[in-house]
Amino acid sequence: MTEPLSFESSRPDAPGPRLPAAAVSAPGPLDLLPKEARRATPPGLPRLSEPEIMRHYSRLASMNYSISEQFYPLGSCTMKYNPVANEAAAAMPGFAGLHPYQPEKTAQGALELMWRLEQALCAVVGVERVTLQPAAGAHGEWTALRMIQAYQHSRGEHRDEVLVPDSAHGTNPASAALSGFKVVEVKSGSDGRLHLADLASKLSPKTAALMLTNPNTLGLFEREILDIANLVHEIGAMLYYDGANLNAFMGICRPGDMGFDAVHMNLHKTFTTPHGGGGPGAGPVGVKAELVPFLPAPTVERSNGHFSLDFKRPQSIGRVRSFYGNFGMLVRAYTYIVAMGGDGLTQASKDAVLSANYLRTLVAEDLHMAHDGPCMHEFVASAEQLSHDGVRALDIAKALLDRDFYAPTIYFPLVVPEAIMVEPTETENKATLDAFAKAIKEIVAEARANPQAIHEEPRKLPVGRLDDVAAARRINTYLLGRSDDPVLRWKPPGRAPVEAPV
Amino acid sequence: MPYLVHSAEDRASMLATIGVKSMDDLLVDIPESLRLKALNLPDGLSEFETMAHVSSLAAQNRLYPDRLTFRGGGVYRRFIPAAVAAVTSKPEFYTAYTPYQPEASQGTLQAIYEFQTLIAELTALDVSNASLYDGATAVAEAAMMAHIHTERNEVLVAGYLHPEYMDVLRVFSEGRGIKVRKGSEPNAKTAAVIFQQPDFLGLLVDVRGLTEAAHRAGALAIACVDPISLAIVAPPGEYGADIAVGEGQQLGLQPSYGGPHVGFIACRRELVRRLPGRLVGSAEDALGRRGFVLALAAREQHIRREKATSNICTNHSLCALAASVYITYMGPDGLHQIADVSFRRAHALAERLGRLPGWERAFPEREFVSEFPMRVPNAPAMLRKLARKGILGGLNVQRWFRELKGVVTFTCTEVNDPSAIDELMGVLES
Repeated sequence: MTEPLSFESSRPDAPGPRLPAAAVSAPGPLDLLPKEARRATPPGLPRLSEPEIMRHYSRLASMNYSISEQFYPLGSCTMKYNPVANEAAAAMPGFAGLHPYQPEKTAQGALELMWRLEQALCAVVGVERVTLQPAAGAHGEWTALRMIQAYQHSRGEHRDEVLVPDSAHGTNPASAALSGFKVVEVKSGSDGRLHLADLASKLSPKTAALMLTNPNTLGLFEREILDIANLVHEIGAMLYYDGANLNAFMGICRPGDMGFDAVHMNLHKTFTTPHGGGGPGAGPVGVKAELVPFLPAPTVERSNGHFSLDFKRPQSIGRVRSFYGNFGMLVRAYTYIVAMGGDGLTQASKDAVLSANYLRTLVAEDLHMAHDGPCMHEFVASAEQLSHDGVRALDIAKALLDRDFYAPTIYFPLVVPEAIMVEPTETENKATLDAFAKAIKEIVAEARANPQAIHEEPRKLPVGRLDDVAAARRINTYLLGRSDDPVLRWKPPGRAPVEAPV
Repeated sequence: MPYLVHSAEDRASMLATIGVKSMDDLLVDIPESLRLKALNLPDGLSEFETMAHVSSLAAQNRLYPDRLTFRGGGVYRRFIPAAVAAVTSKPEFYTAYTPYQPEASQGTLQAIYEFQTLIAELTALDVSNASLYDGATAVAEAAMMAHIHTERNEVLVAGYLHPEYMDVLRVFSEGRGIKVRKGSEPNAKTAAVIFQQPDFLGLLVDVRGLTEAAHRAGALAIACVDPISLAIVAPPGEYGADIAVGEGQQLGLQPSYGGPHVGFIACRRELVRRLPGRLVGSAEDALGRRGFVLALAAREQHIRREKATSNICTNHSLCALAASVYITYMGPDGLHQIADVSFRRAHALAERLGRLPGWERAFPEREFVSEFPMRVPNAPAMLRKLARKGILGGLNVQRWFRELKGVVTFTCTEVNDPSAIDELMGVLES
């Protein structure tokens, strides 16, 4: 099944929506704006009636896999059930209709919610304060590094290196570079954990911070975390926690207690706000006392039962986004935390770890595990032993799609060849985990018996494997000016390319 | 407990399969000294109690009706067709992840491809990305593009850019060692001239002059635009701007106390490789069927790591979907109608406000679209008086710009019907 683009279905005579008339006697744009200020050519937007639009999007929706219908074992992404109560809470007019520039005394409920959410997140990760401004995980990482940088500058220190493990998410080095740091890679040892001697050899007075994910991206707890923290702090650097894998820890242990100075959290992973096909998320950052003065402004403060925004923070790094963050996502996360409570969050993390170990045990019958267990909330298998048959991790992923499972994360972390990273989360029942393991068993057996066939999967989806190499070549031809088809957007056939006037 | 699925029997049987006695056996890697006794949070509540608590917080916020809201400053009340929420609340869209497996994500990918095309059409530029967080970070990302492209270390901000966008731009720029200067005269160090059209006060600026000045100095021109206004006001591509950015909240998104909304960024062909974030392109499968894939990933953090054009990973896909539904619902005529009605209502209001004793237009020589600055006699008292009558009056911009003493910006859209304007005037005249 394919669906035409809205542009392709567009009809010049399609009736548009009925909209209010101005109903005031006032001049219009033609009367007041000079020609050079007005738009010369109307935008080429599609013309479709409402029934056609609704069917178009319903058909597109049916072409997606989603947690609502499929098991989504995407490692490091914590694809758990998104409670529908969260959606109802965020849609309440008292939240959705709130203007960010309303007087604070008319937004007390919103400010209280933010204050309470901050308290709850502080309790979960063990920090002093939390900023809710960052819009996503990577945004949070960068915000934390800027705070660390500002703190060190305030002490007259100019440290320009950030250490990142070779198993880290790509956002870590990218966020460090965006803050002006040089990135130094630290190796993982053969057990998949950070190599302490390598870390020690790379720490120097130039080191501003070590960015660490715990459990790491292999799903393993960094057993030597206290020694790591000591080494980092002894040299005067700070320890940064990438919260991608926080779902293993709630109520079990806290990054703050491990010695982390700054901690980012993904509300769209651990705290069930939906991922939306790629956002919006929210990436709050928690900090220990010495970093508090550098938090982005404004912060939310409480005094005598009244809540206010504090803009007067002289040492603040400033603002990292407009207004107060992705407030609608904060409402969802807060609703989840209230419903779960301390007892529920603790059980959620325990179940996440239990489910991962259970699934790991089942899958280990058919796929090689990258490291010894137990794992935390996720595990990494490898498809390397199938490679002599020409079967790769990608093939396993595509074959899973045909069996109505979304695929695990593949080829990450980079330190495991043919990596298959599975994170089941606490909201998948045992029957689903069993079915997934059975599917892996069948796929591996079929791949061994008939390796050629698996290259043709998926067969049951709207499209088969797409040739992204050919697409990249076409884009390149366009970017070099040798073609008028941008590939990155639709263009009516035969229409002259949109070019800026010279 | 809500949202958990295992029974006690399930847990016991899973532990047995793993071959351990208890949950603690799975947590052996965590040093004992780090194990938490208990999470310091109250126990959970039933859904009924949870929602009662959350509703009580919502009830402590004062909700100004759309039609009686005349405050903008970057977030606007507009009519949102029911179609928007009907689409974005489809779980197939809102509970999917970033489309890493294209065959199982064609819905999201095609929707993004359509969004990219819609934004490219609106801005009259060649290519748009899949979305950014908000207007503020979009401005900052555009400045980074200009810095990388021109290898120059300074950006120039001309006129009244949204003060919060300015703040974010400064914080981003400091990290990369880029200087942010205010002014309209670029020189050989200038990577880009950044301007907002209409500006933060709602006034039209000389975008052609600024663009020409930028290009003469070898700098890029970055236009921060209001997407609705583009139905009537010249789009960046028509006056030669290199990059267009903006905030898409007006395209079908609720105010939500400032977010989540959606940033957009579009550019000329020559700059496409510098774009931050996701890009979707069309491709074919072995049977020649068209599909959509994430494209030009070699710019991105998961491939390029510290050499990436940006650190962005999660963007604002679902908000971009809302914007696509909104624009498609409106079509070219509907969007023009919305912009035209807003323009006329705002001009009718400006004319009436200008007749109040002691009130006058600030910068009366400059044209505006649907937001405009008035110089008023005691702004705080006036706004309090309106609030007492349930009206969210204009925005006192002196808070950010000391030189704009007594200046309040008012905005009008299609939701501020003529009787709402009469109500506002009635209170101010009394």
